[in-house]
Amino acid sequence: MAVVALQQKTRAAADLARRNVIEVKDLSLVFQTSDGPVNALSNIDLEVEAGEFVSFIGPSGCGKTTLLRVIADLEQPTSGAITVNGMSPSEAREKRAYGYVFQAAALYPWRTISGNISLPLEVMGISKEERRQRIARNLELVNLSGFEKKFPWQLSGGMQQRASIARALSFDPDLLLMDEPFGALDEIVRDHLNEQLLKLWAKTQKTVIFVTHSIPEAVFLSTKIVVMSPRPGRIHEIIDCDLGAERPLDIRETPKFLEIAHRVREGLRHGHSYDEVHA
Amino acid sequence: MKRSPLAILSLLLALGGLILPAGGDGGVLAQMAPTVIFVAAAVAVFVARSTFSLVALLLLVHVGAFMLLGMLSSFAAAPPLLGYWCMVVAAWLLAWLAVQRLAEFTVTSRQLQKLVNLALPLLFGAWLLILWELVVRGFGVPTILLPPPSMIASRIAASVPTLWADFQQTYLKAALAGYAMGCGAGFVAAIIVDRVPFLRNGLLPIGNLVAALPVVGIAPIMVMWFGSYWQSKAAVVVIMTFFPMLVNTVAGLAASGAMERDLMRTYGSSYWQTLVKLRLPAAMPFIFNALKINSTLALIGAIVAEFFGSPIVGMGFRISAEVGRMNVDMVWAEIFVAALAGSLSYGLITLVERAVTFWHPSYRT
Repeated sequence: MAVVALQQKTRAAADLARRNVIEVKDLSLVFQTSDGPVNALSNIDLEVEAGEFVSFIGPSGCGKTTLLRVIADLEQPTSGAITVNGMSPSEAREKRAYGYVFQAAALYPWRTISGNISLPLEVMGISKEERRQRIARNLELVNLSGFEKKFPWQLSGGMQQRASIARALSFDPDLLLMDEPFGALDEIVRDHLNEQLLKLWAKTQKTVIFVTHSIPEAVFLSTKIVVMSPRPGRIHEIIDCDLGAERPLDIRETPKFLEIAHRVREGLRHGHSYDEVHA
Repeated sequence: MKRSPLAILSLLLALGGLILPAGGDGGVLAQMAPTVIFVAAAVAVFVARSTFSLVALLLLVHVGAFMLLGMLSSFAAAPPLLGYWCMVVAAWLLAWLAVQRLAEFTVTSRQLQKLVNLALPLLFGAWLLILWELVVRGFGVPTILLPPPSMIASRIAASVPTLWADFQQTYLKAALAGYAMGCGAGFVAAIIVDRVPFLRNGLLPIGNLVAALPVVGIAPIMVMWFGSYWQSKAAVVVIMTFFPMLVNTVAGLAASGAMERDLMRTYGSSYWQTLVKLRLPAAMPFIFNALKINSTLALIGAIVAEFFGSPIVGMGFRISAEVGRMNVDMVWAEIFVAALAGSLSYGLITLVERAVTFWHPSYRT
């Protein structure tokens, strides 16, 4: 008991030292479409601490991808405040604060795998020798060593997505934004990549924001799950997911895992029925 | 073994060639040709398919064809008779059959496959010439309507210096200079149009208008502006090639996907970095499309423009002058040079295209 208490104490101290990587306050985004305004995001409040793994989950149209794109400065909020590393998203983007992994690998077909990983480094003006080292290091990180000279279209979908993760990591950002990166892959590949992603996260200590619509995926990966609901896109509930650092695949059969998954599902259902009542 | 109707028909015709009179002087060739063609047909019908029978068929049918060509000179006094035409059609069918079998021929070695792939269009072209020669001379078609290939070939051989001077004037000077300037200007204009949005709405319609101008209208004006030497022809080519390059490059610059562009944005990439690293590579298939279209347009433009005033050299000048003098063989010689130059440049651009856009789904291996 005493050991546990001590552990909790040190953890609390570490938590105090933690800083917020992302702070969102009362943020809204309205898209003007030909059918009239669409409330993509409505009154979002969110804080993400350094080293956290946060999942955005919700049905389509709940604004989870839009929120991620606002953080990445790919969309502009209509109102509210947001900071990334204490800066505006656009400053953070210019400072290359984050790596972004898209739904598709989006590798350039005219570049080899190593050429693709080299792309952000070239844009950022990193020397050739340094580029070479980083390419080798990051390909090893995603288990793609030996595929440097291959072209993207010669690789499977899972390998392409791993290469795109290596590309996002190549310039060593502290923040990784992932938009349903494994959505197009089959479940077996997905499980495997989820495991690898967890190991990567443990190894690199990065802050990860992960958009998904899979409940098991969210529970398995995250330290915090943001449940969102549509029309207008908003945060329904934030669920802590304290399964610990060690997460083998079969943790998904434990009662604790199932309990959290149940809470997420309840949250999603509640958010959805709310929507139907008001529709 | 299934016998092809083509082979059986050719055997019947070859039999006709053996029995029916062919006309002419009845020389050595006239005596041997029916036998050679009959043997070829027999091989096609009765010998099992193998590498050997295919080679034998190819050899026999071409020996037969050259005998038929050789016999042409004996028909000066009287036209050839039915037996001769039986043999011609039989040889044609056999050649058809041989090419068909060659195309189905499976080879293991990659080198040999390349050779076969090269042989097919060559055989096809050769037979086009053989039949042209046989029909034109056999039926005594007036050379002013259509000269036989042999006559065109001897005209080419006899006029190499003239043809070379014309080629230099029209292709190496006017067409190439105009092509380079027109494509270059179209490319630069496309980048500007893409960068300055209001130009897209303002310049593109004007470009459209320029593209719709007829060459026969522009050419005399350009001659007045730039004189009758090659510069005026180059100007016509510039006008003809500018717009295809402009439109294709503008379309190509819009071809990169939204996700790929967002990716560059997340890297804080500048406009020029995005242009060089993403948008231009993605536009390459479009740009090469324009380069190919323009390679044909440039030659046509340069030749036609010479009809409206030129020094006494140039392919277009030669064509219009020799037509007037009824020297149709010289016209055909120029057409041959133009066709050769056109296909070679097209082929060259295609080779470069494959090297540059190897990643495009249509070329991936």
